[in-house]
Amino acid sequence: MSFLQALWFLLIGVLFSGFFFLDGFDYGVGMAVGTLAHNEGEKSQIIRTIGPVWDGNEVWLITAGGAMFASFPYWYATLFSGYYLILLFILVGLILRGVSFEFRAKSSDEKKPVWDRILAFCSFLVPFLFGVMFISMIKGMPIDAAGNIHAHFFDYFNWFSIVGGIALALLTYLHGLNYITLKTKGPVSERAQNFAQALYWVLYVGEVVFALLLLFQTDFIKVHPVATLLCLVLIVGFSVWAHVSTFKNKQGYAFAASGLTLVSLVALIFCGLFPRVMISSISAKFDLVIQSASSSNYTLIVMTIATVILVPCVLAYTIWAYWIFRKRIEMPKVGEAN
Amino acid sequence: MDIVNLARFQFAMTTVFHFFFVPFSIGTVFVVAVMETMYYRTKNPSYKKMTKFWGNIFMLSFAVGVVTGLIQEFQFGMNWSDYSRFMGDIFGAPLAFEALLSFFIESTFIGLWVFTWDRVKKGLHLFFIWMIVFGTVTSALWILTANSFMQHPVGFAIRNGRAEMVNFGALLSNPQLLFELSHVLMGALLTGATIITGLAAFQLLKKRAISDENKQIYHKTMRVGLWLMLIFSLGSITAGDMQMQYLIKEQPMKFAATEAVYKTTKSPAPWTVVGIANPKTHQVNGKVEIPVMLSVLSYHKASGSVTGMEEVNAQLEKKYGTHIDGQKMNYYVPVNTLFWSFRVMCGFAALLALVSIVGLVMTRRGKETLYNHRWILWVMAILTFSPFLANTAGWFITEFGRAPWTVYGLFTIKQSVSPNVSVASLLTSNIIYFVLFTSLAIVLIALIVRFLHNDPVEWDAAQADKKATDPFAKGAF
Repeated sequence: MSFLQALWFLLIGVLFSGFFFLDGFDYGVGMAVGTLAHNEGEKSQIIRTIGPVWDGNEVWLITAGGAMFASFPYWYATLFSGYYLILLFILVGLILRGVSFEFRAKSSDEKKPVWDRILAFCSFLVPFLFGVMFISMIKGMPIDAAGNIHAHFFDYFNWFSIVGGIALALLTYLHGLNYITLKTKGPVSERAQNFAQALYWVLYVGEVVFALLLLFQTDFIKVHPVATLLCLVLIVGFSVWAHVSTFKNKQGYAFAASGLTLVSLVALIFCGLFPRVMISSISAKFDLVIQSASSSNYTLIVMTIATVILVPCVLAYTIWAYWIFRKRIEMPKVGEAN
Repeated sequence: MDIVNLARFQFAMTTVFHFFFVPFSIGTVFVVAVMETMYYRTKNPSYKKMTKFWGNIFMLSFAVGVVTGLIQEFQFGMNWSDYSRFMGDIFGAPLAFEALLSFFIESTFIGLWVFTWDRVKKGLHLFFIWMIVFGTVTSALWILTANSFMQHPVGFAIRNGRAEMVNFGALLSNPQLLFELSHVLMGALLTGATIITGLAAFQLLKKRAISDENKQIYHKTMRVGLWLMLIFSLGSITAGDMQMQYLIKEQPMKFAATEAVYKTTKSPAPWTVVGIANPKTHQVNGKVEIPVMLSVLSYHKASGSVTGMEEVNAQLEKKYGTHIDGQKMNYYVPVNTLFWSFRVMCGFAALLALVSIVGLVMTRRGKETLYNHRWILWVMAILTFSPFLANTAGWFITEFGRAPWTVYGLFTIKQSVSPNVSVASLLTSNIIYFVLFTSLAIVLIALIVRFLHNDPVEWDAAQADKKATDPFAKGAF
């Protein structure tokens, strides 16, 4: 394995981390539209917190997918063709969710609730299915000698992957609640904080179940005991930190910690996989490994140069955009609005 | 139904639907950017209302364009995994750059542009929209770099059972890319100009009282739209002609098929204006011919013969063999599809150029001749839909004309498909996409129609009204 191959494995992990950190709270906010808001004004207030930024956050997913295609074409080909129907429904979720923002804004008042419901449901569906996909992936899939997956329903949906899907959806929901607490004023902000405080207790149960399943259902603890345990400790540690922060009303810390919980989950997956990218449940011979799944050295050099030039620019103007939209979203005082 | 045909159908359906919105967005955002530039220079508030009003149409098309683009990135892996394995080393990089360079810029600056009217300096706000234009144009550059490679592979070596990149510069300086990019961009900008002109015509056709300021705004829209229509229709025709010159040399089969030439012609060559080709007998039925014209169109002179498909096929069989993977091959392309697509595309381009000239004459120096002749407004209004047909026809020529290859001369369509995806999965996804796209199209059209019940002045006033009671006006930003 060359340095560049290892670097790009890491970068794919970084891109997915960025995606879950940033688009993660968008999904949480989307779910909150259906669960947290009491009226039309609050719905708008909640959606407005991500209005200018959600589209840019989703580009992290597109970039992660494109980068995977470019740097590990065999991984991309196996994963995407093997998870055909799951990805199909992820796409449907992303499409309906994506148009709902613009369509909602331009719809008549009677039609708005339809788009709100679509937004809330799809915001749950997408992280849930991503959870199912990544968690069943680390359990191992029936990959044959040619690198193709021929799987049954229960390879995709089993206790482990469903717990993983629910845990991921819950993590993004909590991340979204922390974001709303941070970005709004008034009753919505307080309610989001109360929700988060209560839900973290549920999350702890989920994390324990998930950790136990991980130890028995994957080979992570055998292959990388230290890294696996460290990542699990980080996941729980960041959850506790976020939880404590919500009680202390340190809203920024709570948001950062829930984001880092998601990053730790990605880290757990990528550490456990290394040096593989896909695990075959048929035979270890058929595992896809970094060394043979990657692009040529030349392509990796071209990609690295472009990344080194472009990513700092992207980060700079993304941070600038967040800074421009830094103020909290208020609700009107009673009687001020019509 | 086999997986190859289902996967091909899906590719055609999803890309055609996606490409309704790509040139729509690239074109309208450019027109809107021109309008905002005029506002910036003249400080005339009418231009501002105009910019915001038409900006809404751009936003709607962009929303659908983005989400349907997601499918494109996913489907190479989902439906064409063997293609992805063979081509990933080359094809992935432009896709990743498109995301890194273009998509981040587009999405971030659209957020900034929409939410910062009157809240940042005018110059900065103008900068935001030109950044979006930059994003859309570079996005076209990257994706067409990938497509151009498939049409005309350069800068690669076959190693480890796949195509590997050896010269990234060669990919970017691919002559195919130069012609394709200029043609697509001209077509996209023409699309935007035509749509906005056409929608303005719709607004003027509605029988209702229009205030003077609205009238003025529609007049200005018409002038901007018609000028851009003229410039970009001529640009499209020129770029298209250059691309055809290139095709004569590089993809003679595609070229011969767009003119339905089976047998190599005499010199000078006659031009078949219309006709129906019979792929079995190699005859063209019911054809109307103009003598010498094909030589003029092909070589810009009154002599020169055009190589027919039969001769080209023989050459290609010699070069690539009559069998690939044990299957018998020939190199003919769907000739009627190409022949008629070409006529639809060129016909509309010429028509748009003509209509824009007529429109410009009828509106010159603030004249209102145009608005008193409903027939020409109707023509413009109906032509709103023409770019969608013309763009699709153009891609039909490019993509069907590449048969039987996905990557010209290297990899066939049959070799590209995912071997492990079932007919049932493909059928499911085809049905879901079809239903989804139909619904999206209906909702989108309904929302555009609903939005166009407004006129710019009243709409702007209503927005300002809303802002007075807008809970977010003060603290939101």
